[in-house]
This record gives sequence, C-alpha cells and structure tokens, in this order.
Amino acid sequence: MSHPLIQIKNLYKSFGDTEVLKDVSIDINRGEVVSIIGPSGSGKTTLLRCINVLTKYDKGSIKIDNVEIGYASDDEKNRKERSEYQLSEFRSELGMVFQLFYLFPHLTALENVMLGLRKVRKLSKVKAADQAKYWLQRVGLTEKINSLPSEMSGGQQQRVGIARAVAMDPKVLLLDEITSALDPELVGEVLEVVQKLVEDGMTMIIVTHEMSFASDVSNRIVFMDEGKIEIDGTPSEIFDSKNERLNTFLARIKK
Amino acid sequence: MEAALSSLPYLMDGLLVTLQVTLLVVVFATIIGVILGVGISYGPLWLRILVRIFSDFIRGIPVLVLIFFVYYGLPAIGINMETFTAAVVALSIFKISHVIENTRGAIQSVHHGQMEAGKAIGLKFHERLIYIIFPIALRRFLPPWINSVADTAKGSALVSLIGVVDLMLAMQKVIGRTYEAMPVYIVGLIIYFIINYCLSLSSRKLEAKYAFIKE
Repeated sequence: MSHPLIQIKNLYKSFGDTEVLKDVSIDINRGEVVSIIGPSGSGKTTLLRCINVLTKYDKGSIKIDNVEIGYASDDEKNRKERSEYQLSEFRSELGMVFQLFYLFPHLTALENVMLGLRKVRKLSKVKAADQAKYWLQRVGLTEKINSLPSEMSGGQQQRVGIARAVAMDPKVLLLDEITSALDPELVGEVLEVVQKLVEDGMTMIIVTHEMSFASDVSNRIVFMDEGKIEIDGTPSEIFDSKNERLNTFLARIKK
Repeated sequence: MEAALSSLPYLMDGLLVTLQVTLLVVVFATIIGVILGVGISYGPLWLRILVRIFSDFIRGIPVLVLIFFVYYGLPAIGINMETFTAAVVALSIFKISHVIENTRGAIQSVHHGQMEAGKAIGLKFHERLIYIIFPIALRRFLPPWINSVADTAKGSALVSLIGVVDLMLAMQKVIGRTYEAMPVYIVGLIIYFIINYCLSLSSRKLEAKYAFIKE
C-alpha cells in the first residue's frame, strides 16, 4: 500500500512555557509542493525544523516513509530518543535550506556542495566534484565554483545553499524562508532556481512570505496561526477563503 | 664578554632544554586542552562542570606555586618525578587550562547555524567538528594559542627554580663561575628574544593564511 511520504500526527512542541505547535497533523505526498504561510511566531519554522529533528518534538509523531524520525519506538508513553548517529542518517535523506544560508565560510562553493557527497555519500573526489559542478551549473553558478561565500552576493550564496541540499538527492527539500534575508532584487534569481526544482518533481515544503510565489508553485498551501494549522488547501482555496485570521494576515503582508 | 661567548655551548645546552620543555608542554597542552575544550563546549553537564572547576582553579594559582606543588608537594602522596618531568607536567597543567578557554571561545565564535547546516546534510558529530567547526574556529584559536606558546617559552624559565638546567639556570651557572652577569644576561636576553620573535613572525603568517572570512 502506498503511504504519504511524510505523515505528521498530533504534533506538539513547547519552548519552556510557550507552546509553539499545538496538535499539528498533516500528510505530504511524494512530488507534492506544500507552502506554509502564517504570521511570525505561528510555528511554521518550528514545524519545518521538527521534520529533520533540528528541533525535537515533545508529543505526536513524524513519519517519513513510515519510519518515526524523532524517536526510536512508536510507544508514545515511554519512547526513546534516537541517537545522534541515527539522526544523522535520517537527515542525510532530507535537504534543508536556511534563511541565513549558513554556507561553510572556509570552503569554496564547490567544496560546500562536495562536503556531504564526500563524507556522507562517500563518493570519490572526482565523482563528488562532478555532481557538485552539475548542481552548481543548475543553479547558474558555474563561474563561481571556486569562490568563497564571502566573495558572493546573498543570492549567489543562497543558490549554493540550494545546490548543497539538492546534491544529496534528498527525499524532500525543506526551505526555511530562503529569500527573507535577501535584498529584494536578489529574490528573483533564487525563486527561479526553486521553480526549476519544482518542475523536476522534487517534493518540497516551503516556509515563505512570498505569497505570489507560493501560489504559483504549490499544490497546497497551509496557513498556520498560533501553533495550529488553520487552513490546508489548494492555492485558490486559500486565496478565496473567508477565514478571518487568514484574511487579516494576507491584508497585513500586502501593505 | 669573552667569558659569555666561551660559555655559549653550555648555554646552548640550556637552550635545548628550554626548547624541549616548551615543545612538550605545547604538544600536551594543545592535545588535552582541545579535547577538554570540546568537552566543555558539547559534553554532558557533569563533564562541563568538572572541566570548568579545573580550568578556573588552575588559572587562579601562580604557575610557580603549581611547579613547586608538583615537584615538592606530590611526593608526599607517593608521586615522585624527575625535575624535568615535574616541570613539563606542571607547565602542561597550567597551559591546558588556557588552551581549554581558547578552544571554548573559538568554538563559541562559530555560528550555531554552521553546525546545523552540517547536521542538515547528515554529517555526524565528529565529522561536523573536523570538517566544519574546527576549521572555522581555527582562526579565532590561533592568535591566543600562539601567545600561549610564546608565554610557555618565556615562562619555562621558572623551571630553573626546581633545578632543571634550562637556558635560565645555565645562565645563572655561568655567571656563578665567571662573575660576568651583564654579558651573559645580554646573550640570554637575545636568545629569548629570537625565540619569541620567530614565534610572532610565524603567528602573523598563520593568521594571514586562515583569515578566510572578511569581516
């Protein structure tokens, strides 16, 4: 029987006294592009980070390919956290691109992309370099492969960030507000790259404030507010929605 | 002056001891200090507390007291060491505490996002340390570390006080024999200066080499 690629069920997460995720459930299928929108503090980034366990969730379940990712057993009452070692293996199957790029500053663009291929995928130097070059070419950075992050613009750095994530051939790509830290004129080049990956059929979860982009590329858009999924629907359902919170939010970001 | 020059070979033997002490202390202190520095940065709470107590305590006592304690104090509980060994052990303990702090500070200077980016591509903890954290932290680690090496070379003169015939004690002995304090001290000063000048030159080179982040 086929199952959704990602199954999130009754997820809860608190930071101290603040409940950031309250009973979040969502399924994401292979090849689907899902955008998560919502005001800051609504829990969208936390939800994304729970999926590759950069943030540990407290209660509930996240399964990827039917395997619980954060904990070693299904037994909710006394479950054991997964070891760092196991988590590393899971994470290598999930790609993540960060708002602030987080490129490795001591490595060139090529080396940034190669690191995971070499050390995690255990490819030979030649093969890793070939693949890294392929992906850097795909994101339009052939001339920059030997540049250090400090020698690149924000848009270029973020495209390296994307290449670094997709080169690992992940099951799903997690994009965490990847254009929020960019100068407005650099946003387009990054979104263009994402657009191409969507056309390739890559499964993606996109946390974003770019509404028109979200509506263009997504199969579904999820609106989160105060730690809950308020609406989950197609782009047209979302933008035609009568939901008051959603409309307040949309009106506020249009300004 | 002639006496000072004719005793140069003897002073060179002393210099050799000074360099041996310095080298051994630097090697031990760097290896153990970096390991404990990683421990205090990422280890479990009990380890962090232990290392913190060790580091604060050692840095709070004069190094001379530490040298005397190791050489004259430890035999009381059955630990006897040659002067040379005692000197290396005492100075190493002292330097370890400094390297711990260097390491901790250097690791802290690396943005946590770099660590997360390493996690996100599936690197394991030790791989993240080796390929990401250490290389980035290195440029913050090097300047104080090289100071520390220079300090060790200079501070090693204290080991003469427990009878290790290093450059300092060699000088004293020559002076005792020849009563030519000034010329001998001048030769000694020049040698100490040359050692540290070489160190500071190499430190500038190293820092330039690892200044890959433009700030």
